[in-house]
Amino acid sequence: MMSSILFYGLSTLLFAAALLVILSRNPIHSALWLVTAFFAVAGHYVLLNAQFLAAVHVIVYAGAIMVLFLFTIMLLNLNKETEPQHSLLVKLAGLVAGGMLLVVMVGALRRSSAETASDLATVHSGTVGLVETLGKVLFRDFLLPFELSSILFLAALVGAVVLGKKELGE
Amino acid sequence: MDLVWLLYKVAFAAGLLGLSLGVAAYSTLGERKVASWIQDRFGPNRSGPMGILQPLADGGKLFFKEELIPGVSNKFLFILGPGIAMSTALVTSAVIPWGRPLSIGGREFPLQLADLNIAVLYVFAVVSLGVYGIMIGGWASNNKYSLMGALRASSQMISYELAMGLSIIGVVMLTGSLSLNDIAAAQKGWHWNILVQPLGFLVFLVCSFAECNRHPFDLAECEAELIGGFHTEYSSMKLGFYLFAEYVNMFISAAMMATLFFGGYQVPGLDSLGLSQNVAALVGTAALFLKISVFIFFFWWVRWTLPRFRYDQLMALGWKTLFPLALLNIAWTGLYLALRGFK
Amino acid sequence: MDAYTVLIYFLPLGALIAGAAMFTGNLLSIKTKESAHKREAYECGEVIIGDARIQFKVGYYLFALLFVIFDVESLFLFPVARIFRGQVASGLAPHLLLDLAIFVVVLSLGLAYAWRKGALKWD
Repeated sequence: MMSSILFYGLSTLLFAAALLVILSRNPIHSALWLVTAFFAVAGHYVLLNAQFLAAVHVIVYAGAIMVLFLFTIMLLNLNKETEPQHSLLVKLAGLVAGGMLLVVMVGALRRSSAETASDLATVHSGTVGLVETLGKVLFRDFLLPFELSSILFLAALVGAVVLGKKELGE
Repeated sequence: MDLVWLLYKVAFAAGLLGLSLGVAAYSTLGERKVASWIQDRFGPNRSGPMGILQPLADGGKLFFKEELIPGVSNKFLFILGPGIAMSTALVTSAVIPWGRPLSIGGREFPLQLADLNIAVLYVFAVVSLGVYGIMIGGWASNNKYSLMGALRASSQMISYELAMGLSIIGVVMLTGSLSLNDIAAAQKGWHWNILVQPLGFLVFLVCSFAECNRHPFDLAECEAELIGGFHTEYSSMKLGFYLFAEYVNMFISAAMMATLFFGGYQVPGLDSLGLSQNVAALVGTAALFLKISVFIFFFWWVRWTLPRFRYDQLMALGWKTLFPLALLNIAWTGLYLALRGFK
Repeated sequence: MDAYTVLIYFLPLGALIAGAAMFTGNLLSIKTKESAHKREAYECGEVIIGDARIQFKVGYYLFALLFVIFDVESLFLFPVARIFRGQVASGLAPHLLLDLAIFVVVLSLGLAYAWRKGALKWD
């Protein structure tokens, strides 16, 4: 009962925030609404007993990536509320691309029957998202991917440094 | 739902918020008193005996000051900024264990609002959100000095957050838990984490100065260059929020340091005295507050002793000294645990 | 009542206190007459030149970029740190230490690369 109230509350918040991300005229407002949406998603993770994921979601998305976003918006001075009008072709392309995504998502959700849905949403129970389980799984089953991910980070870092330094050089 | 339990939690939450605000308010007085003592002068002594009413007078003044929002600012964000700073500062205290459970009428009442199993990450998450208060406030002001201050502060905070997160990993490895309650409980007797984690503590200490934007890392508001930094345009209660949030953060940092590295509420040899459970719990809580006071005093002491860093020095310290030291600390902890082969 | 339920009620409380204090301040504060200069930005009393929202140093952005990468990487260490002690107790120490060492060494390599390329230099 409690859980379903929270679930619907968080979902409403999520939808409202996500809509406002698109509808806000000021990019800074959009970014802040996106942070709100991330909070709602983190709340959903807590409901699913995946507390570690919730914390990581807030730390990485709200605490790191969105700070970078805000920096970018401020750096490029994108706070102008007026946007150049896109041509009809661009609008049409956007509509088609968005429509395709919608079709894919509807298709994916259609396949999940009611039983699997209730399996996934093991509210307040289930140990999949606990830190301990995650650590053990990382060590037992996914050791190689775990170590490889560090190489991936290294590659990302090299990319960031190369790009950043190029910008500085100009 | 149990009514007694509910009332207890509500009262505890209210007490916690009151405690945070009260300690923060009296920290301002304490800081000024220590400053005057270090500089051989009197300090505030007009309001009440020894100036103990000074924080009330200051707080009251903030309520009555005119609300001034600059015409060029973004009004909504201008108000949101200090609100975020204050609310993020206030909610961290929920996961700190303030003592052993009290036993009243055959029931256990834990002196902790929420014993999260990921408390360390919760604190980390809330700290990482603290950046928003400063960034939004500084940007919304539409003042060149505010923007510079906000940029400096946010860049500094994210840099030191990294080393801070890595320095906690050593403690997590030692305890095998992310719950602050477990971490405090594991340091029974003389098994304080500081004995194995001196390096981790050093990194955490320096980072908490930077995270609170405290001297010698207060480049965000260094008054000689940036007027008031990110809160140049702020006045009345909104300015009060920024200043207050800094002191609340200081209090919470001190509590975190005491809990993570100095045994939290543990007092060595307390159990051999044969005190009853409740008395022992209260002694432990008093010990925790003593440890916290020592750290808060250290914050004040440093402010009136060290000069301010330059910005390139600040970034170099964070990335080139503290970050590698934190990594070294992880390596050391791993080696220590592997060699000891814990049961 | 579990810890997370308590927290869900506690989190808005911080915002509530902030809002209440702000509202009270708004009620109690004095209001003075508007004047031509009252709501100008304060920049040392000089006449304001241009907008404050200018393009700033790219260095801030670079450090934020590095931060995102290292932040995610350091979060990977938390689950491992969480189980480290228990696994050592069950006699997996050398194996585990090696795994952790590889991850930390690659992390350090990244830091060393950024350092070497001068990305950590503030100028």
